[in-house]
Amino acid sequence: MRFLPAGDLAVSVEFAEEISVEVNTRVRALEFLIRQKGLTGVLETVPTFRSLLVYYDPHAVGYEALCEAIAELAPQASTTVLPPARAVELPCCYDTELGLDLEAAAERLRLPVDELVRLHSAAEYLVYFIGFTPGLPYMAGMPERIHLPRLETPRTKVPAQSVGIGATQCCIYSVESPGGYWILGKTPLRLYDPEAPDPVLLRPGDRVRFRPIDRAEYERIAAQVEARTFRPVIA
Amino acid sequence: MTVRILDAGPLTTVQDLGRAGHLRYGIPPSGPLDRESFLLANRLVGNDAAAAGLECTYMGPRFQVDRACAIAVTGAAAPVTVNGAAAPRWTTIMLGAGDTVRVGAPRVGVLSYIAFSGGLDLAMILGSRATYARGRLGGLEGRALRQGDALDVRDGPLPAVRSLATPPSVGGEAETIVRVVLGPQADRFTDEGIRTLLGATYEMTQQSDRMGARLRGPRIEHTRGHDIISDGIALGSIQVPGDGQPIVLLVDRQSTGGYTKIATVCSFDIGRLGQVKPGQRLRFAAVTVDEAHRLLRESETFLDGLLREERA
Repeated sequence: MRFLPAGDLAVSVEFAEEISVEVNTRVRALEFLIRQKGLTGVLETVPTFRSLLVYYDPHAVGYEALCEAIAELAPQASTTVLPPARAVELPCCYDTELGLDLEAAAERLRLPVDELVRLHSAAEYLVYFIGFTPGLPYMAGMPERIHLPRLETPRTKVPAQSVGIGATQCCIYSVESPGGYWILGKTPLRLYDPEAPDPVLLRPGDRVRFRPIDRAEYERIAAQVEARTFRPVIA
Repeated sequence: MTVRILDAGPLTTVQDLGRAGHLRYGIPPSGPLDRESFLLANRLVGNDAAAAGLECTYMGPRFQVDRACAIAVTGAAAPVTVNGAAAPRWTTIMLGAGDTVRVGAPRVGVLSYIAFSGGLDLAMILGSRATYARGRLGGLEGRALRQGDALDVRDGPLPAVRSLATPPSVGGEAETIVRVVLGPQADRFTDEGIRTLLGATYEMTQQSDRMGARLRGPRIEHTRGHDIISDGIALGSIQVPGDGQPIVLLVDRQSTGGYTKIATVCSFDIGRLGQVKPGQRLRFAAVTVDEAHRLLRESETFLDGLLREERA
């Protein structure tokens, strides 16, 4: 574990140089412990694949003292300390109009479109962390058979709520933004809704499943989301 | 009381001290880029530090108040007029019902701050009134102000008139010195790359905004590629993508990113950086974390000193 200063108000606690569920679990467990213990001077934490960015108040705690306190907690940072993960079901419409790259990805993978959809929707995904844009989940759990290098030419605009895959990752665009993932479909749910009391749908550590829906159901749910009557399935 | 916006200026937003605790959901803190000028504006109208006011980029707004109130304008050297007559900055300005105020384009600096006695009265979104325009969150409908907007101000007693004996200098240096702490990924740059960062001058570009300041200058050399496994981006992180040109990430930054970060601008120099106009130059100077904490305390003592010197 390394402590890397990030200016006068933050320190990056780096566990390893790899993307894996094991390393990310330790990151999230350390975050949980820091919050649970209410570590002196800690203001805010941002978990990512393999590191935790800790924002602190230097008037309340010095850099060395903070690093020592974190180092003391680190050995306990394992999956056993984490509370049970939430299970979230995301309806996803895999059609060729919303799934901008569905056919191209299937062709590249030498799979029938139906089989690509089946493989993608059969897996359970772990939200490693939320980042980049508000509410965007970085997720693990893609079946190896559908791993693909990212698009050679990223799109300048990907519609919000698009579900994409690239390399070993699955992600859902939370706002319209540039992006290099292959877009397989779209969820009618808003990953980020600035007008909702709780604007961000997913949390680090959530377990996500995609439920394939047809276009008619997509439109139905989208209308309910618009009317704010849709309740996502979260267990 | 209501403030009616007659002209908004190119980018005028409601800001307070920012939205803490939501970076783990990808939501940045927002808040004023030049925190010191913002705090002084609030202080000059007798507000709490956290009261909401306006941040203006380049040209400020023209607005009318419908009741007597006090305002203060701080930050960039922008001309202020009340009903067409010049008014001072860094001073409490007493307004009467129907008065029209204009904050013009700054000769020096970029950002002006306008505080209203009582503070702007808007809904708190996730604990803050700060505007995050990219995420359409906070402020007035999550956006920059427009002509015709009306902003409510909390009613309260009028403060005494005060001014700063020695206002801080904002912008205008031939070369602004910006202090940084090296890291978190300084080891991904060659010695020559680090020397370039700390030895060369960089120019502020037009492509800069509240998310990040894009700088132009000598290319900063990486050791092995410019990509890392995405990690957290702190206030002031200096990201260096493949073209070797530094980007300093600011209050509306993305929470995480996958480019190498050579160093981090110290919090107390973010405001100075924000006041550098496109085309003007700046230089980076490295300090240790301990030195940065000492300088942070010094900058706070300096700010307190300015406030103690305020004159009735």
